[in-house]
Amino acid sequence: MTWMESFRTSWSAVYSHALRSMLTILGILIGIAAVILTVGLGLGTQLDVSAQISSLGSNLLIVAPGSSTSTTGTRGGFGTSATLTIKDAEALSSTVNAPDISGVAPESTTSLSLTANDTNWTTTVTGTTTAWTSVRQRTLARGSFFTQAQADASAAVVVLGSETADELFGTQNVVGQSVVISDKTFQVVGVLATAGSDSSSNLDDVAIVPFSTAATALVGGTSSNAVSTIYLQAASDTQLSAAYQEADALLLNLHSISSTDDADFTISSQDALVSTATAVYQTLTILLTGVAGLSLLVGGIGVMNIMLVSVSERTREIGLRKALGAPPWAIRRQFLIEAAILGLSGGILGAVIGVVAALTLPAVIGSSIVVSPLAVGLSIGVAIAIGIVFGVYPATRAAKLAPIDALRSE
Amino acid sequence: MVEPLANPFAPLPAPQAAVLSAALPAHPWVLEADAAGPVIELIDAGKTYRSGTIEFEALKGINLAIHEGEYVAIMGPSGSGKSTIMNILGCLDTLTRGQYRLGGTDVEELDEIELASVRNQQIGFVFQGFNLLSSLPAWRNVELPLVYGHVPREERRKRASRALERVGLGDRLDNKPGEMSGGQQQRVAVARALVGEPTMILADEPTGNLDSVSTRDVLTLFDELNALGRTIVLITHELEVAQRARRIVWVKDGAIIRDEVNAA
Ligand SMILES: Nc1ncnc2c1ncn2[C@@H]1O[C@H](COP(=O)(O)OP(=O)(O)OP(=O)(O)O)[C@@H](O)[C@H]1O
Ligand SMILES: [Mg+2]
Repeated sequence: MTWMESFRTSWSAVYSHALRSMLTILGILIGIAAVILTVGLGLGTQLDVSAQISSLGSNLLIVAPGSSTSTTGTRGGFGTSATLTIKDAEALSSTVNAPDISGVAPESTTSLSLTANDTNWTTTVTGTTTAWTSVRQRTLARGSFFTQAQADASAAVVVLGSETADELFGTQNVVGQSVVISDKTFQVVGVLATAGSDSSSNLDDVAIVPFSTAATALVGGTSSNAVSTIYLQAASDTQLSAAYQEADALLLNLHSISSTDDADFTISSQDALVSTATAVYQTLTILLTGVAGLSLLVGGIGVMNIMLVSVSERTREIGLRKALGAPPWAIRRQFLIEAAILGLSGGILGAVIGVVAALTLPAVIGSSIVVSPLAVGLSIGVAIAIGIVFGVYPATRAAKLAPIDALRSE
Repeated sequence: MVEPLANPFAPLPAPQAAVLSAALPAHPWVLEADAAGPVIELIDAGKTYRSGTIEFEALKGINLAIHEGEYVAIMGPSGSGKSTIMNILGCLDTLTRGQYRLGGTDVEELDEIELASVRNQQIGFVFQGFNLLSSLPAWRNVELPLVYGHVPREERRKRASRALERVGLGDRLDNKPGEMSGGQQQRVAVARALVGEPTMILADEPTGNLDSVSTRDVLTLFDELNALGRTIVLITHELEVAQRARRIVWVKDGAIIRDEVNAA
């Protein structure tokens, strides 16, 4: 019996029980499509997050309060200790002590209610310096950013995010209008161009004021000099590590800390953020793929179940074929091919549906799905393997039937 | 493996047996060399069926020798063990006592694959039930032994239709068993037994479902095959049918009670 012959026999068995075969194939199909989609979604989200972090700027360093050294664990939660102040930012701005740092943008953020005419809107009010636009790589849609003179004078001026302007005024054409923040009237001098949102916040719903103004008029008290983050821009990509060294040394010195292990601040680069985020999403992807893989396993058990039914239903046929001279291997092959056909059909259909879903879903759910050819190829391979693995037992059972017992069975 | 004869139904010049054995390449397990010895030999053959604790001795140590080219009828009442003997001869079942020598070889020494090959090449079996595959058309049922005998597809179709024509079903090639009468189905089963040109034909009640005309046709076919040198063993209830054979073996309660050359 040739392979072609075995294939024909198996195919006609699959074909003559079309409905049953379809249902079995469905089990595999769902598993394969789920694996392709979860892997794709995981990869897509990883790329999205990396892209967002990259949009921060490639030569950016981020200084945050609190320590996260490996030996001591996280000491002081992220942003909970006010260990960074505007003094640190000023020191880092020194071209003598930190020649490789070209821009420093400290940020102190507070959630406050803004009022324009009769409209209220609560948003994140950020106090910063004039270097902010270049360090954060933001541009203005209207008006201009506040000037150094306005900053020095603690002027009551504000730059609004595009959404904030929309919410307060219903338009973005608001330069020259007034906004009341904490009972103090601010003049709108500019509106930021749209930037989307990063993983944690909406970049278009912000209000930016000079740091000095925020410190005196909005925050007050002991924490008025505290900053939540200092963004540092290295003069170039190649100077990033030099900038890191300088910032580290300078801050340790300022804080009178002798060992890096005891640092009360953390400096991270974009690369570090990307790899942290990637690691998180990778873990998530592996987890979800595991779940999808389980459904594939269930599909495989479905194949085995149907193959066992097929064998017991066709015991007489098996007996007859053996009586007419079919050797055990021919019977085994016939049932293995049958199982492989079920697996392969499920694999191919599942891959097609998975890929189609991966191409159409992003428009609906808003996150990218990356179809990896490797995942598609692998899942089809896995589908065939599942068919065969779960087909081996039923096929072997069929091959072992004694001809006379098989012929006598009803 | 067996060289197909140009026309299996054309009469062969005498002495047929010699010509036929020359045409058949010797199998390691078929005693072509010892042409004088019996092709089928049961020695003190016993068969005890066991189902749970219940035992039933269906064959009580029988001795039977059939030579190549013989035409033997096995007769006996229902339940006497005829089908049991046939299943043993067809290598479908095994003895629980004694020996079955096929062509001089003890079949117990053959492995599964060799047994499959023996069933495929040496034996044409007509079952008491028709045992046709209901999903396949007549010719596909008939070609089954050839599928396992490595005959090419084109050749198979040709030989299957020739065999069906020979049993008078040349116009029913594409009918499925469900679309045929009992007699026609029985003839499909006979065609399937012939198609591989086996050296032995074992037929369990081949005329049990046939009317007198079909019965005569099938028996004429057996006569012709026997004339070509094929060994034929058939089981029947009807003395009329048994009398076409040259030897009649009477079985009762799992034992051979009479073994006679047919006088008629
Ligand atoms: N698998 C089995 N298990 C137990 N007993 C069996 C089995 N097969 C047959 N027998 C018994 O063995 C005896 C012989 O059965 P067998 O089928 O050989 O009879 P038979 O001569 O062919 O009868 P019939 O003419 O009705 O076909 C019967 O009594 C039957 O009940
Ligand atoms: Mg019987």
